[in-house]
Amino acid sequence: MAEVQFRFRDDEPVADPGVTVDAFGEQTNAAAVRLEPGDEARDLIPHLARIQLIEVNFPVFGDGRGYSAARILREAGYQGELRAVGDVLVDQLAFLRRCGFDAFAPEVPLNPVDAENAFGRFAEVYQPTTDGRTAIWAKRHG
Amino acid sequence: MYKYDTYDQAMVDTRVEEFRDQVRRRIEGHITEDQFKPLRLMNGLYLQLHAYMLRVAIPYGTLSGAQMRMLGDIADKYDRGYGHFTTRQNIQYNWIKLEEAPDLLADLASVEMHAIQTSGNCIRNTSSDQYAGAAADEVVDPRPYAELIRTWSTFHPEFSFLPRKFKMAVIASDIDRAAMKLHDIGVQIVKNDAGEIGAAFYVGGGMGRTPMIAPCINPFVPIDQFITYSEACLRVYNRHGRRDNKYKARIKILVHELGKEEYTRQVEAEFAHLLTQGIEPPLAELERIKAMFADPRFEVGIADELDRSDPDFALWVDNNCVTHKQPGYIAATISLKPVGGIPGDATGEQMRLMADLAAQYSFDELRVTHAQNIVLPHVKKADLYTLWQVLDANGLGTANLDLIGDIIACPGLDYCSLANARSIPVAQKISQRLSAKSQEIGELKLKISGCINACGHHHAGHIGILGVDRKGVENYQLLLGGSEAADTSLGTITGPGFDEDGIVDAVEKATQVYLANRSDDERFLDTYRRIGMAPFKEALYG
Repeated sequence: MAEVQFRFRDDEPVADPGVTVDAFGEQTNAAAVRLEPGDEARDLIPHLARIQLIEVNFPVFGDGRGYSAARILREAGYQGELRAVGDVLVDQLAFLRRCGFDAFAPEVPLNPVDAENAFGRFAEVYQPTTDGRTAIWAKRHG
Repeated sequence: MYKYDTYDQAMVDTRVEEFRDQVRRRIEGHITEDQFKPLRLMNGLYLQLHAYMLRVAIPYGTLSGAQMRMLGDIADKYDRGYGHFTTRQNIQYNWIKLEEAPDLLADLASVEMHAIQTSGNCIRNTSSDQYAGAAADEVVDPRPYAELIRTWSTFHPEFSFLPRKFKMAVIASDIDRAAMKLHDIGVQIVKNDAGEIGAAFYVGGGMGRTPMIAPCINPFVPIDQFITYSEACLRVYNRHGRRDNKYKARIKILVHELGKEEYTRQVEAEFAHLLTQGIEPPLAELERIKAMFADPRFEVGIADELDRSDPDFALWVDNNCVTHKQPGYIAATISLKPVGGIPGDATGEQMRLMADLAAQYSFDELRVTHAQNIVLPHVKKADLYTLWQVLDANGLGTANLDLIGDIIACPGLDYCSLANARSIPVAQKISQRLSAKSQEIGELKLKISGCINACGHHHAGHIGILGVDRKGVENYQLLLGGSEAADTSLGTITGPGFDEDGIVDAVEKATQVYLANRSDDERFLDTYRRIGMAPFKEALYG
């Protein structure tokens, strides 16, 4: 399992590896789940209160299903750690963060300077998501 | 016209710096070409057969004079003195040096332009009606709605890695001049019986290998839920669109495989959820944008007549100009299809001339059409003759809009790394052979693609030509009966293909069959629809 390279949370990380969505249904005490691109994120919604970590796997960076999964989970009120794992690259970081990811475990560690630039590059955003940033239109009409 | 505020300007300026950093990392060898490829593609920079090609976004096809002037200057400074206007109302430069691309983008940003999302599997530049704001038949100007889409889709965090590219078009007339139903999402802005504005959503159209006409999935989305509904359409696609096969990854395949009803059901469910998420810009934002698309200060009470005593001018007016909503004005199309020319190409000098003419005669506005021509949308009729004389003296006065010489053609194998066959020489030969008869033939939309990806819209041509590779030799299939207008239809292949000279002969024969069978004022398309394929096959292969 790749190491968490960037984390934007203060709580203790969950050490357990995430179980699959299928296994999760039977392991009522599991606190960590791993979501693959084809998994239905909404299956987890009834259980969000007891989940502390959801790993969302990106087998290849171009498979963008994990972005929707992350937003769906955050929109449903999930407060735990949302960790992007797999083929996570510098130029995806800002998008992932905006979709609700707050931890990143890239398969190949990223250049920390490039990553920091990527997280902070765009000062403003056009769309509201659940990440708390104010959309440009809201500032225009605030 | 839309004007950037400091937020919009900061967005494109930041993008230029980001790309400059990416290019630096590539040139210094910190990242490989494989790693760089998705980054440059997000900036519209393709590696083509001979050089880098850069595609610049022209949102909803609208340009100011200053922007057109800059496009001309860029053609001279960074390219070989010309640019190519595309079927998606954008412009492409074919001979770009990687190390100069960041400076080019900075020049664009100085006139509120960019190349953001002009390639990649993301929401591309939104296209629209080239006569928006001028057309006598529009419900409203569609461009403010397209501008709402522009900002919503720019760097959308959820939809930057879709299964495949995603193209949207917005119109607001019953007459479709933007091939709206051949887009991933086509939107028609409509007014209901209560006089309220809403959006009809057509989802799942497209060309390419599997051409499909988009079905209407919702005839009236209230305008204050427009972005939320778009987001629902995209989310269902991002989650469930096929990713196992690039050729089946467009939304048209999802809509087709799920069925319109099931896709719509999923969108409506997602829509109901997203309405609780507060993602819709307030109407005040739409009003802010609309104010920038207010009518220019038209003069009222001016003459609405034209002096048609010069027959060449009268011919150009009849072919290239359309009725304007404001008496005394007219919308004029500058054809980029001179006889034997390269469709959609303009030199830097021509672009600067068009910019000057826009400033002088069209309230500083120009439009790019999906048929690869340029429109001056608001010309005073009293100025039209003078304008035409300048155009004509500079090779821009060709009177062939929607005639056989007004050919849509993709760059083809002369430039494009995806192409199987050349498009440009075929277009040039047809133009040379048949332009003299074009007035007699009348409206005939001829469209040429150099491969199955259909950038030249061959499926939607009254006559379509598709270049294929047949055992290493360029071969051209002929299609008849397509249309991209309100009566959208897809062309049918006539039979075995032809070589380069053969396809020119075949097109000529098709026009002869039409002329022999035409009744009254039928267009080529009407005659084909009435008499069917058989007489054409007989002439071509009999």
